[in-house]
Amino acid sequence: MASIELRNIRKAFGAVEVIKGVDLEVRKGEFMVFVGPSGCGKSTLLRLISGLEDITSGEMLFDGKVVNALAPSKRGIAMVFQSYALYPHMTVYENMAFGLTLEKGHSKDEIQQRVERAADMLQIRQYLDRLPKQLSGGQRQRVAIGRAITRDPKVFLFDEPLSNLDAALRVATRIEIAKLHESMDHVTMIYVTHDQVEAMTLADRICVLRDGLVEQVGTPMELYEHPNSVFVAGFIGSPKMNFISGEKAAAFNAETVGIRGEHITIVPDNGTWSGTVIHTENLGADSYVYLEMGTEEPVVVRLDGANDYKSGDVVHIAPMEDKIHRFDGAGKPIR
Amino acid sequence: MATDVMATPVAATGGKIKSELMQQRVRAARWFLLPMLIALAVVAGWPLLRSIYFSFTDASLNNIDGAEWIGFGNYFRVQQLASGAVRYRGLLVDADWWNAVWNTLRFAATSVFFEAVLGMVVALVLNAEFKGRGIVRAAILIPWAIPTIVSAKMWSWMLNDQFGILNDLGMRLGLLSQKVAWTATAETAMQAVLVVDIWKTTPFMALLILAGLQMVPKDIYEAAEIDGVHPIKQFFRITLPLVRPALMVAIIFRLLDALRIFDLIYVLTPNSSATKTMSVLARENLFDFDKFAYGSAMSTLLFLIIAILTIVYIWLGKVRFDGGDR
Repeated sequence: MASIELRNIRKAFGAVEVIKGVDLEVRKGEFMVFVGPSGCGKSTLLRLISGLEDITSGEMLFDGKVVNALAPSKRGIAMVFQSYALYPHMTVYENMAFGLTLEKGHSKDEIQQRVERAADMLQIRQYLDRLPKQLSGGQRQRVAIGRAITRDPKVFLFDEPLSNLDAALRVATRIEIAKLHESMDHVTMIYVTHDQVEAMTLADRICVLRDGLVEQVGTPMELYEHPNSVFVAGFIGSPKMNFISGEKAAAFNAETVGIRGEHITIVPDNGTWSGTVIHTENLGADSYVYLEMGTEEPVVVRLDGANDYKSGDVVHIAPMEDKIHRFDGAGKPIR
Repeated sequence: MATDVMATPVAATGGKIKSELMQQRVRAARWFLLPMLIALAVVAGWPLLRSIYFSFTDASLNNIDGAEWIGFGNYFRVQQLASGAVRYRGLLVDADWWNAVWNTLRFAATSVFFEAVLGMVVALVLNAEFKGRGIVRAAILIPWAIPTIVSAKMWSWMLNDQFGILNDLGMRLGLLSQKVAWTATAETAMQAVLVVDIWKTTPFMALLILAGLQMVPKDIYEAAEIDGVHPIKQFFRITLPLVRPALMVAIIFRLLDALRIFDLIYVLTPNSSATKTMSVLARENLFDFDKFAYGSAMSTLLFLIIAILTIVYIWLGKVRFDGGDR
């Protein structure tokens, strides 16, 4: 069990500053997700926590102790890489046991027990004798997770572990990781992803990063309901929040108003706004209607069930008043 | 490393189930191979067979076409002298030949061992990231790029007993009490040849190993870092097993080369029994001594020895030439 504290952490590669002063606290046993667009520094931040990269300035504390100069292996961490990073010449068992066999004070029996326990948790026991190349991508990722579990870490780091898997496997592995977190509630987990769905479904708290700075930290619902900026509002939630500016926003005393597709209803007449249908998508359980109404991007309305609007139809829409997000010129919320 | 390949596709061995596409591919492959096979047969196969044939005849340079079959006489024959004493003759009881075999094996084993070790060190250095790596990579290839005759002559001057720079340096620095005839003294001749050969071919070894090193994914070293694997253990437990396929192939290339070493020894230490190798001796008999058939027998044995050593090496070392990760 470990809490992690980052104090004004900065990281520069040559002249390029990637992390520009991050303050963050990850609580004991928490599942924290770093999310953000590519290049926001989320993976770098994870590598700083792991110790694979040196911190340029600032302080990193594990349980109140500065670990800036501590080697990765002494931080009590385990890491799951996007590319699995399995040792290709070792069997699954050897891959999982390798770290332990090099540490002193572990008997063969103990190592075997720990490997088998981890293998059982992930249902990879039947693959223990195989080489990584004889496994599918999903199986390899589970071995990589198993290797991390075997280390019995205080902190579990995931670097985009699902991005090399196909969509169905991604959902299945996501659920497994969530279960893993439940069964290892004493372990602090930090998970990096660019996929906001993974962030929403897995996280206790999400840290949204942008250009090497923390944009907002909070529970998934906090971020969904009270985004701290236009950026967070647009990044969290699917479909993306609609942004309306100009005169229509001025009517709400804001530079920009944001309203999610699921918070707009189509009304017969006397709507707040009206627009022309340019496209519809029926997903079965719900459907999206794209409206052209003079905004930068078409406004998306999410409806339950199927709909039969056609391109060219003119419809009136009404946003739910209490779900409207108002932002000022700097992109900050007006509350 | 082809991490995405689940398993190597199984070739259709059933024969009957070959699709039209497969048949077409096999046909095309045969046509593409044909020119190379013909060229090989002309420049390698035919001369080899001729050499083997001559080794069973009494051919001489003056009378190649009139050579007559004498069986195994060049290899081994029993001769009864007029005095009644029995003498064994032929290549298999020729002390000069076995000396040359021993020289060759000693040279090959020593040079390839040092080249592999030094090549690995150089490759590891070149694989690290540092400023000017490109230039260093190019520079390190220079010894290998120089034609052997040139570098052998260059070294022979450097090693010269009277005017050589090595003796001069050694005397000035007080390392030598007197000038040494490095290439002419029996005790130092082999060392001199080995030094030059190692200097010359380590870059080649390094290059092949470097190619192998670059196939090793970087992220597994990060995983090892987190596993707390000591750098020396990382080398022996991760790097070495993973570059082993490349290393084994590199060693076999060098072994083949070293076993038929000729030019370096011919230039550096001509006619020294301390360094004379199978190739040098065979050429000497073929052309200088006009024992064409006897030289052919040497060439044939040389071929056999190299073939056997190579097969043993591939078999014992489980060498795979597909460069796969085991």
